[in-house]
Amino acid sequence: MHVTSDKFSKNAADALHDPFLQGALQRATGKFVNERLRAVAEYPGFEALRDQGRAIKQEALDRLPELLEQFEEKVIERGGFVHWARDAHDANQIAINLARSEGVKVIVKSKSMTTEETNLNHALTEAGFEAVETDLGEYILQLDDDYPSHILAPAIHKTKEQVADIFDRRLHEKNPPDAGIPGLNTIARRALRTKFLSAQMGITGANFAVAETGTIVIVENEGNAALSTTLPKIHVAFVGIEKIVPRFNDLAVMLKLLPRSATGQRMSSYTNFLTGAARAGEEGPQKLHIILLDNGRTKIYADEKLQGSLRCIRCGACLNVCPVYQKVGGHAYGWVYPGPIGAVISPQYLGLERGHQLPFASSLCGACYEVCPVKIEIPHMLLELRNRVVEENTKATGRPAKRTFFEALSFQLFAVAARRPWLWGLGSAIGRRLLRSKASGGTVGKVELPVLRKWTSERDLAAPAEQSFLEQWKQRSGSKGGRA
Amino acid sequence: MAKPRRVSLFVTCLADQMRPETAWAAVELLERAGCTVDVPMAQTCCGQPAFNSGFRNEAREVARHWLKVFRDAEAIVCPSGSCASMVKVFFQELFEPQSPEGREVARLAERTYELTQFLVHVLGVTNVGAHYEGKVAYHASCHLLRELGERTSPKALLEKVVGAELVALPGSETVCCGFGGTFSVKLPEISTAMMDEKIRAIEASGADCVVACDGGCLLQISGGLTRQGARARAFHLAELLTGRVPEPDRR
Repeated sequence: MHVTSDKFSKNAADALHDPFLQGALQRATGKFVNERLRAVAEYPGFEALRDQGRAIKQEALDRLPELLEQFEEKVIERGGFVHWARDAHDANQIAINLARSEGVKVIVKSKSMTTEETNLNHALTEAGFEAVETDLGEYILQLDDDYPSHILAPAIHKTKEQVADIFDRRLHEKNPPDAGIPGLNTIARRALRTKFLSAQMGITGANFAVAETGTIVIVENEGNAALSTTLPKIHVAFVGIEKIVPRFNDLAVMLKLLPRSATGQRMSSYTNFLTGAARAGEEGPQKLHIILLDNGRTKIYADEKLQGSLRCIRCGACLNVCPVYQKVGGHAYGWVYPGPIGAVISPQYLGLERGHQLPFASSLCGACYEVCPVKIEIPHMLLELRNRVVEENTKATGRPAKRTFFEALSFQLFAVAARRPWLWGLGSAIGRRLLRSKASGGTVGKVELPVLRKWTSERDLAAPAEQSFLEQWKQRSGSKGGRA
Repeated sequence: MAKPRRVSLFVTCLADQMRPETAWAAVELLERAGCTVDVPMAQTCCGQPAFNSGFRNEAREVARHWLKVFRDAEAIVCPSGSCASMVKVFFQELFEPQSPEGREVARLAERTYELTQFLVHVLGVTNVGAHYEGKVAYHASCHLLRELGERTSPKALLEKVVGAELVALPGSETVCCGFGGTFSVKLPEISTAMMDEKIRAIEASGADCVVACDGGCLLQISGGLTRQGARARAFHLAELLTGRVPEPDRR
């Protein structure tokens, strides 16, 4: 996919001016937020559960090398194959080679952010396979050559009218009048059913990979993952190495946290536990291939300050509560992972050069941390990344890069003045006088000056005081107050 | 713990420059509660704007100055949740914890308080004898709420205001006002879109005034209220508690 994360501010402005998107975002995030609140409220120990979730995922990271080897061993024991992929290209190539060697023509896919990350569909199509998304949202997007704007509800940005139009154009199926959303579901079901029955390979992601048993867990609501992992004779799972949990029992915690945080469900409609390939006399895929993907994860793993972002279980709760995501939607972030967690991990996967705007796409309100089921310190990580962006901008040339030159200069001046009370006093007195000269009736309206223009285009600025508090205090207390 | 009676006021640069009334209100509340208020005259800023923009070297220099200015303080009180969190939470990111500066940060962070927290939790004061005839909405500022974890102290003070009718502000604790420091001018369109939602909520609440405990949020909210010609006005809670807020027009 085309990465536009370096154009976040432009993407965001476009999104803000799209009334359809604004309506869709408001409805969807509002619904998710309320459903989550209800589901959390009915579970009195939810805060403690978050602590447990954090501890489990952190333990998995602390013991990652050992647990990955254990997982591999267990999968092989149960007749599966494990492949290690260094990057997206490796992972896609493994899948392509498998498909070729097995004479596969049609592949069904269930929803997976990891395969979005590797851009698998594109690679499969290039290689001549027919790969069909079977999650309804993903299927709509695939038909429209679009990509997800939400981790969980990928087509959150499409209205039902747009979906009807896509089905009409691409499937030549008109939704009968008054058939509404159920009608659209029927069209999709009919089209997908034939794909399920003809596919020789199913490709999925995984929500959890249990080291103790070699089990992968896929949580879903449509049953398409269940079909994708049982009907075709070969199942290939793309699994990021951070999906590991140590023990089967850990799922008792994680499977309470994930659906409640994600959709506000106590439990998803389907929870698939898949351990090994089908043995003699069992139904299911004869071959199971698990591709363990690095693609930058080991780099994050080695990063002391940001390692915690690998605890993410992709529930999407931080997106829904984020006031920035609520306004701009997922596409503004310009890559696979949107919202607060995307602003943390995308710059790590893409590099700061392409991801430099994302850590700034936040008011640092902290709502994301408050809902995170594994307590990722997202606001603090954003601050850390902001610092790295600034350092990176200066590092290359020893001077601040052009795009931040004035900002860097301003903060240098700020630091010089803030350590010299006389200079600080003088500078701020000039600033106050300037602002007061632009004010009328106690407020400053639209002003065409740098920075100030950005503040005053949509809001006023209360005029500053004629005298600062410190000056006033000095007068009140005479020499008594001046202890400096 | 003995109640500190000698309080150093950390004015915050926003209150100092933009709204001295907030600082005067804080002084009045502290003095009425029996404290002696000292205002170190060399204070400037805590460095938060630089820190939040990624300029940690610059923020560190400013933080050093702050540490020097408040070195001898017994208790440091500040009428802003975000400036208090800068000192209490984020200074730690700027210095090695085991270094002399890191230890100094820990020592001073422990004695730094946001104003309402100091009044309610340290001095045990909730009734300050305030009076206001009108409908009041409270906006929970994100840093006070989430970095300092404070949900109760502003409300405890508000509940004792005689005559005031507290009205529910939809999204008071969940919807950020969109200020976010330099975010407000780096991504002004998103910032004001968030502000619009806050203004709509204030209008819907029917409040005569909205109070908060952070000069940043108040700058944003009042800027939106006046630009949009809304009826309500925004003030620091301390200003309401000390009668600095005009009674609503009841014509």
